Amino acid sequence: MNSADTSFILICAALVMFMTPGLALFYGGMVRSKNVLATIMQSFIMLGLVSIIWTVVGYSLSFGTDIGGLIGGMDFFALNGVGMDTAGSPADNLPHLLFMIFQCMFAVITPALITGAFAERMKFGALLVFSSFWVVLVYAPMCHWVWGGGWMGDHGALDFAGGAVVHMSSAAAALAGCLVMGKRKGYGREPFIPHNLPMTLLGAGMLWFGWFGFNAGSALAANGLAANAFVTTHLAAAAAVLGWLLVEAMHGGKPTTLGAASGAVAGLVAITPAAGFVTPMASIVIGFGGGMVCYGGVLMKTKFGYDDSLDVVGIHGLGGTYGAIATGLFASIGAEGLFYGNASQLWIQIESCIATWGYCFAVSWVLFKLIDKFYGLRPSEEDEVSGLDVSEHSEAGYQI
Amino acid sequence: MRKIEIIVRPFKVDDVKDAIAALGLKGMTVTDVKGFGRQGGHKEVYRGAEYQVDFIAKTKVEIVVDADRVPEVIDAVSEAAKTGKVGDGKIFVIPVEEVVRIRTGETGPDAI
Repeated sequence: MNSADTSFILICAALVMFMTPGLALFYGGMVRSKNVLATIMQSFIMLGLVSIIWTVVGYSLSFGTDIGGLIGGMDFFALNGVGMDTAGSPADNLPHLLFMIFQCMFAVITPALITGAFAERMKFGALLVFSSFWVVLVYAPMCHWVWGGGWMGDHGALDFAGGAVVHMSSAAAALAGCLVMGKRKGYGREPFIPHNLPMTLLGAGMLWFGWFGFNAGSALAANGLAANAFVTTHLAAAAAVLGWLLVEAMHGGKPTTLGAASGAVAGLVAITPAAGFVTPMASIVIGFGGGMVCYGGVLMKTKFGYDDSLDVVGIHGLGGTYGAIATGLFASIGAEGLFYGNASQLWIQIESCIATWGYCFAVSWVLFKLIDKFYGLRPSEEDEVSGLDVSEHSEAGYQI
Repeated sequence: MRKIEIIVRPFKVDDVKDAIAALGLKGMTVTDVKGFGRQGGHKEVYRGAEYQVDFIAKTKVEIVVDADRVPEVIDAVSEAAKTGKVGDGKIFVIPVEEVVRIRTGETGPDAI
């Protein structure tokens, strides 16, 4: 065990935890005031729900002994054998419990990301059922495939901090969700204007802050690789703010604060798979492109006619996919991408994107359909119009 | 008696209040309202999607005066609320049948 690494990853785990309430505020500001609490709750509840599922069964399915490259065994069921020393830990410099809780924070935020797609129109009970099954059936296998000794990692796919595991997987589920659930009542006929953009910018700031734990912590040690990931993370987000605002000003006429916040998140998503594999200068290129690509991503929903309330597909889906492919182009630390003479890496990255989208979309689609059939995904029209804060939680966000 | 409803830009409310007070008139009711006139609303852009916002914030000032004082009120308020740009607002003059002061029971002009 290494105490410097241990203290660093303890702090990183706390930083990643902070991203979930940050996401709650990021999303909460973008919905109408009658849905602010329900939207915040959809993220916040994951801290409760997923943490328990993860420690009981999710961690073992993700990091237990590999079964056919597809899933982990039940050796760590209910934290059996996950103790204060390094025995059995996938990171032999960290207490096994610490590795488990660091990974837990990733598992918490991933289903929370999905909720942006169906914000303002999903029953709370249905969300709990969906998220519980999703963590077990989608997140845990994905995590195993990439980081837990599964086939994707073995195949050589590069995903430093979760481009596929976190962002593409949640975006694929998000796409399935908004297609199964349909559009919000009144979509296209009345404006759905963000009710509190300062809240959204505060949330974006918290996400950016927490992302240092997410990416730098994925080095799993307090070392130069963590420093590199920290720097690439920051520079990509910075460049993406500029990239987004540039295309937004050219296309829409003015740079907006929501654009700056969205650009930052887009850059953070794009650099996530690449953070430890690319140089700081490459991260600027990746981030700048990520900001521009994701700006285009959010315009897609208007073109294709689906209602992705808060642009999960446009930002996490497109940003994550772009970042995974960019990793195959720019990787130069610990692996070589196309620009460093290794064209096969790019192909592996593309394969991993296709597999991730395909698996996560298909299972999520079936889950949504089943829950809709047996429980119902959407509240009644009257409840949706009166707002989910009152109809789902008997509360109001503001007493004005 | 006439009721005068004055729709003005919110930042002009104090000027309108002072102008009315300078005429020796007492009492007014002020409400925050939204609406649009010939200029329509304005455009807002969120993540590349444009929304037309039809209703613009305005303030409504209501006073009741003797009919013969209406012209001077209109002159004073017009002067105070004017910026010369589109969206300065409107003044509506409405007949009033009766006024009652609740505390004393006075009616008509005495109650204004």
